[in-house]
Amino acid sequence: MYFQTWAAVWQMDGHGPYVWGAYSLTLLVIIALVAIPLVRARNLTQEIRNDERRRAVAAEASGENHASKT
Amino acid sequence: MLPELGTFLRFQAQRHLQAALRRPSDIVGPLIFFLMVITLFPIGLGPDPKILASLAPGILWVVALLSSLVVSGRLFQSDYEDGTLEQLALSPHPLAISAMVEVFCHWLLSGVLLALASPVFAALLNMPSQAIPVLMGSLVLGTLCLSLIGAVAASLTVALRRGGVLLSLLSIPLTVPVLIFGTAAVREAALGYDPYSWLALLGALAAAGCVLAPLAIAAGLRISLEA
Amino acid sequence: MWSIVHKMGSPPWFYRFANGAIAWLLPIVLLALIVGCIWGLLIAPPDYRQGNSYRIIFIHVPAAVVALAGYYVMATAGLMSLVWKIKMADTAMRALAPVGAALTFVALVTGSIWGKPTWGAWWVWDARITSMLILLFLYLGVMALAEAFDNKVAAAKACAVLSLVGTVNIPIIYKSVDWWYSLHQPASIKFTGESAIDASMLYPLLLMIVAFYGLFALTVLLRMRAELLITYRQSAWLRSELS
Repeated sequence: MYFQTWAAVWQMDGHGPYVWGAYSLTLLVIIALVAIPLVRARNLTQEIRNDERRRAVAAEASGENHASKT
Repeated sequence: MLPELGTFLRFQAQRHLQAALRRPSDIVGPLIFFLMVITLFPIGLGPDPKILASLAPGILWVVALLSSLVVSGRLFQSDYEDGTLEQLALSPHPLAISAMVEVFCHWLLSGVLLALASPVFAALLNMPSQAIPVLMGSLVLGTLCLSLIGAVAASLTVALRRGGVLLSLLSIPLTVPVLIFGTAAVREAALGYDPYSWLALLGALAAAGCVLAPLAIAAGLRISLEA
Repeated sequence: MWSIVHKMGSPPWFYRFANGAIAWLLPIVLLALIVGCIWGLLIAPPDYRQGNSYRIIFIHVPAAVVALAGYYVMATAGLMSLVWKIKMADTAMRALAPVGAALTFVALVTGSIWGKPTWGAWWVWDARITSMLILLFLYLGVMALAEAFDNKVAAAKACAVLSLVGTVNIPIIYKSVDWWYSLHQPASIKFTGESAIDASMLYPLLLMIVAFYGLFALTVLLRMRAELLITYRQSAWLRSELS
């Protein structure tokens, strides 16, 4: 490792704000690019699963009603 | 087939030219626009003739580019609205060629006129007169390229409600090489150097454009008709 | 090879493929990015001329390279949509444009931040930066065109034509801007001064480039998967897939 102390890593011989500014911006963009569709997909699959469950329950209930009626 | 195509094209060209000449304000309007925008530059940048002279090639070319964009918005518009475009697409003659006739007529009445009128504007900006022939030549070739690029963008946006701004957004990145070569040619001529390599590059762009643009224009028009 | 392309055109197949690919891409890409960043930030030595600010290269160059390559991928997807009428290619184009635009933006901003300590200005009209800016405009144009159409099928075809036109123009634009800049160049400021880059800097750079390519693939797959979930939420195959 090139740097001697963590403070030196932060400072980067005076270029700290530039290097860390650039890297943090990139990190934010990467997180946004990955997280947004990931979370969206998770929510959607959850929604679809809940919907399916509700349909299955409703189908069962109407099936029982039919059975009791006949 | 060949004689039919010739008469067909002549008829199309006549139709477009007559329609355009019926509304002279559509032809003169862009020239007035050009004049007015040119006038803004000395007002904004200061009247120092030396500064204006050094900036003149760039200013003239940028304003020519903007005029071309404004004018391209009207391409294919009337034919799309009254259904003629659909007829052209269904006819046995290639849509690409019918469209190119319109683009050429449009260019004759916009870009070429601009090139012919450009010495006046060059004088307003105190550009050295030795560069004026090159200015006119570069504008003739350049506005052809600009018309072709504008036509490609127009073919994609003609069906859209607010296609005007979008047309400019789509065209501008593609026009950068034309701007660069055109300005370089005029600047070299103004400094007394040889502009012919830049003019040759412009010519190459125009030639390539004439070959490739029709494909894109026809594809774009079919997509717009479908939309 | 064509059988794979045809399979990819089927939404159920692609959904399963995307799930599988994402599962292993996600950890690998994250790992590669972390290792690459640590290597570039802490382990690689500082540059002789630029000091520590050169470390921005490890994010600037990968972003720029992938942004440019991404445009060609988008144009290829457009070609597949137009010529072979593969519907998944439309989904791919819609996913690719914003990702490419985001990476171009990152490349421009990191380049600008790098330029400040190196050349003293936030923006220098260098040939490469200007070409990158125009690439951003090309991406934004495709995104704007996609939104403007009500008819999604027509929108995809229009974007395909536009991205193909852009592809033909990109080399022309780059060369013309290059010549324009060499006309005006005041002093000889080389963008990457050393023609031979030292091995200690080259390897982390290569790793980051590979990591960014992986990130690109990951993000596009994630977006395509999300779009499939929205488009096909009522369809039987998706419901049976998930339950």
